[in-house]
Amino acid sequence: MKKFISAFLTLVIAFFVFSLLYDSQSMFPKYGEKDLSKIVSQRYIEKNVDEERPYPETGSANIVTSIVVNYRSFDTLGELTVLFISALGVSLLLNVGGERIKFRIKPNFILKAGVRIITGIILIVGVYIFVHGHLTPGGGFPGGAMIASSILLMYLSDDNFKEKMNAFNVLEGTSGILIIVLGLIGLFAFNSFLYNFLPSGNIGELFSAGLTPILYVLIGLKVGSELSNIVGNFLFEGGEA
Amino acid sequence: MIDIISIIIGLLMIVFALLAIESKKLLNSVIFLSITSLLSVVEFVIMKAPDVAITQAVIGSGLMTSLFLFTLMSLQKRGEGE
Repeated sequence: MKKFISAFLTLVIAFFVFSLLYDSQSMFPKYGEKDLSKIVSQRYIEKNVDEERPYPETGSANIVTSIVVNYRSFDTLGELTVLFISALGVSLLLNVGGERIKFRIKPNFILKAGVRIITGIILIVGVYIFVHGHLTPGGGFPGGAMIASSILLMYLSDDNFKEKMNAFNVLEGTSGILIIVLGLIGLFAFNSFLYNFLPSGNIGELFSAGLTPILYVLIGLKVGSELSNIVGNFLFEGGEA
Repeated sequence: MIDIISIIIGLLMIVFALLAIESKKLLNSVIFLSITSLLSVVEFVIMKAPDVAITQAVIGSGLMTSLFLFTLMSLQKRGEGE
C-alpha cells in the first residue's frame, strides 16, 4: 500500500513537470533554442562592465572561470568557508586518537606496484587542471579532489602509511591566509574586495588573466589538503575517549 | 541520433536509481549509486558542460563512494564487537 501511494505521488509530480515543460505557451523553451544574449547580461560576456579601466578586465579564455573567480569571487570564498567548516566537524568528531583501520585482506604485491606508478600520474593531472584553470575546463575544486584521491590510493596500498598531518595543516592555513590578504590589498588600494589589479596579458597564454591563476592555484591547494584530511580522519578508529 | 542516446542513458539512470533504493545489501546500494553518477557525467558532456562533468566524475563517483565504503566498514566492525 505504501509503495502504491508513493508511485502515485511520483506520477502526479512527473505529469505536472512535463505539462509545465512541454506546453506550447510555457516559459521554458526547448533545449538549444534559447538566445543566451537576452538572459545573461551582455556586458559580462563582452567583459566591459567597468568602463574606466586602462586595460581589459579579464583575459581568461574560459568564460565560467572569468565569472566564478573574477566577477563573483566573494561567493567562491563562501564555498571555501563551507568546506572548511565541514572538514573541521569531521576532524573534531572522528580524530580522537586510536589506530589505523586494518583491512581484512592484506594488500598484495600487484596493488603496491600499481599504486606506485598511478599515484604520480594522478597528482600531475590534478596540478595541471588547477594551473590551467583559466584556459581549459576544470579549476580549483576538481584538481583538489584529484589530489585527495591519490592520497586515498596511498592509504589503500600501505597498511602503515601515515600522512604528515602537520604539512597539510600548514599548507591549508597559508593558502587561506593568502587569499584573504590578496582580497584586502584589492579592498584598500582599489576599493573593491578581490579586485583584479594585475595587468591581463594576451588571451590564451599561461601567464595572463591577472590575478585569476594565482587565486585558482591557492584554491586548489586548500581544497586538496582539506579533502585529504577528511579521508585520513575516516580511516582512524576512535578509541574510548 | 544524440537524442536517442540521451533517452537511453536517462532510462538507465532511472533503473539504477530504483535498484539502489530496493537492494537488500548496503554495499550493492552504494555501487548502484556510483553507477548513476557515472551515467550523469555522460549526460553533462552531451549538454556541453565540461566543467560540471569533471567535478561530478571526480567527486560524485570517486570520493563519495570511498567515504561511504569506509563508513560501512566501521559499522561492520562495531556490529561484530557487540
